[in-house]
Amino acid sequence: MARDRIGPSRRHLLQGFACLGAGAALPLCCGHRPALAAAGGTFTLSEIADGIHVFSGANETMNAHNQGAICNLGIVIGREAVAVIDSGGSIVEANAFLAAIRGITDRPIRYLVNTHMHPDHIFGNAAFRDAGAAIVGHRNLPPALAARAQFYLRSYRDQIGVQLMEGVEIIPPTLLVDDRLELDLGGRAVELRAWRPAHTDNDLTLFDPMTKTLFAGDLVFLEHLPTLDGSLLGWLGQMDELATIEAARVVPGHGTAPASWPQALEPQRHYFETLAGDLRKAIKDGTPLSEAVVGAAQSARGQWRLFDEYNERNATAAYAELEWE
Amino acid sequence: MKTVWHDRRHLAATGMKAAAAFLVAASLGGMATPAHSQAANARSEKIWNGLKTDVFEDRAIRTDSGLVRIEAPKRAQDAAIVPVDIFIDPARFPGGVKALTLIVDVNPSPVAATFQFGENSGVTHLSTRLRVDDYSYLRAIAETADGELHMAETFVKASGGCSAPAVKNQSEAEKTMGQMKLRQFAGEGSASARNPELQLMIRHPNNSGLQKDPITQYFIPPHFIHKVSVSQGDRQIFSMEGGISISEDPNFRFDYVPDGKGEIRVEAIDTDGKVFSDQWPLEAAGL
Repeated sequence: MARDRIGPSRRHLLQGFACLGAGAALPLCCGHRPALAAAGGTFTLSEIADGIHVFSGANETMNAHNQGAICNLGIVIGREAVAVIDSGGSIVEANAFLAAIRGITDRPIRYLVNTHMHPDHIFGNAAFRDAGAAIVGHRNLPPALAARAQFYLRSYRDQIGVQLMEGVEIIPPTLLVDDRLELDLGGRAVELRAWRPAHTDNDLTLFDPMTKTLFAGDLVFLEHLPTLDGSLLGWLGQMDELATIEAARVVPGHGTAPASWPQALEPQRHYFETLAGDLRKAIKDGTPLSEAVVGAAQSARGQWRLFDEYNERNATAAYAELEWE
Repeated sequence: MKTVWHDRRHLAATGMKAAAAFLVAASLGGMATPAHSQAANARSEKIWNGLKTDVFEDRAIRTDSGLVRIEAPKRAQDAAIVPVDIFIDPARFPGGVKALTLIVDVNPSPVAATFQFGENSGVTHLSTRLRVDDYSYLRAIAETADGELHMAETFVKASGGCSAPAVKNQSEAEKTMGQMKLRQFAGEGSASARNPELQLMIRHPNNSGLQKDPITQYFIPPHFIHKVSVSQGDRQIFSMEGGISISEDPNFRFDYVPDGKGEIRVEAIDTDGKVFSDQWPLEAAGL
């Protein structure tokens, strides 16, 4: 299709309507599916490089208003097929995403790549499974999901509401990445790489050599405070390795996309070094966890969105890790 | 162009009043409103009312004596690591406390741990870390030497977002299992007459175990530390029987009254029957 070849100089904006994606070909205000009616806004994919389109999530926690659409999502279009990077935080969002993709290309969605286990990235998996995509993930993703499935399904019912949880299933990947894997999309091979524990113990990145675009998943955060659910030392320790990827731009899991590479690593590096420094001092001084986490990294507070939502949690996990040093 | 989700709300508000009203209601329902909290309180209490007979039969449990106090963050930050502090006021019962039971009402295994204290161990403060699955009361029930039960409780709201009470780094947890670390802290100043403290750390996934998932075929059998004994010299400070509500890498910090110069000895046993033991000389600063 000709419109696949529109270059990055002319930003290609497409809008899909969530209610259409959900198959609800009814007036928006039909009343019996108010959550879908509320989703009658736009889901916009922007072409950031040749054949690469990105949705920018809101820097918020998942809630009923944002319909779980808080992380960045993307697609890479090859001559024969499409790879999708993450499925979104609800079926409503995933269906809007699918509709937007179908507005750009009718090539089959061959792969859904899950960058890691968190609900904002995987709650839409069922929609892509049903669209025929093979789900791809880090070798640690299936057990990590199995350990959290029930908790996620219950706690997010409370957080985003029963309506928005409709249709959400925890679906593990069937194609696993041990270390590296190439996915052929027809004339375009993208490179997947499994990382050691960092943001989680199942982080996966996708690199498109053709445009030098890196989909970093939540190994890179901008503006939105990074959240730690894996290993602080592992994350800090792999940033130099990440930086050697010869990308021209990065799509972070959260925050402005695209961003320049590897400069995009610097804000989070600074935050984690500050956090680690404060906690190491507290541990050395014998300050207990419950006291230490309150003050840690407060000097970085002004530099991030959602700092108060996540900093103490990061500090809690980091303290428990660092006291074994 | 960026998607602005506020536009969506604006649309709803101007064009679809019914939908907008629902949206507001739905969003409030999805957050931690006071009503939600109250329902969670009631649920936790209900579980406790059934549970207390199972654990303590029909014995009376006092809640007004001030003998025991429990502190935890109002909101669990990381559901897998919720710090909890239990204080025992020795002035309230000179005979001492012989046992302490720690309960998380809503967890799959609510009795997190039971501690038995050695005679004259002098423990007045004990902190550990718990998994908390949902909005719940945490309870500390102390048993005095003459068999009275005294309870304190505190309510913890579940952590929001993607924090789950699960092991963060499964393969690493298996590799380092059984390592132990002991830190000794001197008592603070003679004026405050605070006892010295010990912090015992044990590397262990303390896994809750998983049912076999029909899709993934993953099965993780329950595997956790179920017994810990801490002594100084020939004298036991405490023994603990615990379960999966204790966080991975079980961690206990407590004060005690040293007796002589005997070393600190620790033995831990997990559900696979693995025994982990270690010993450390009493540090001068710890005296």
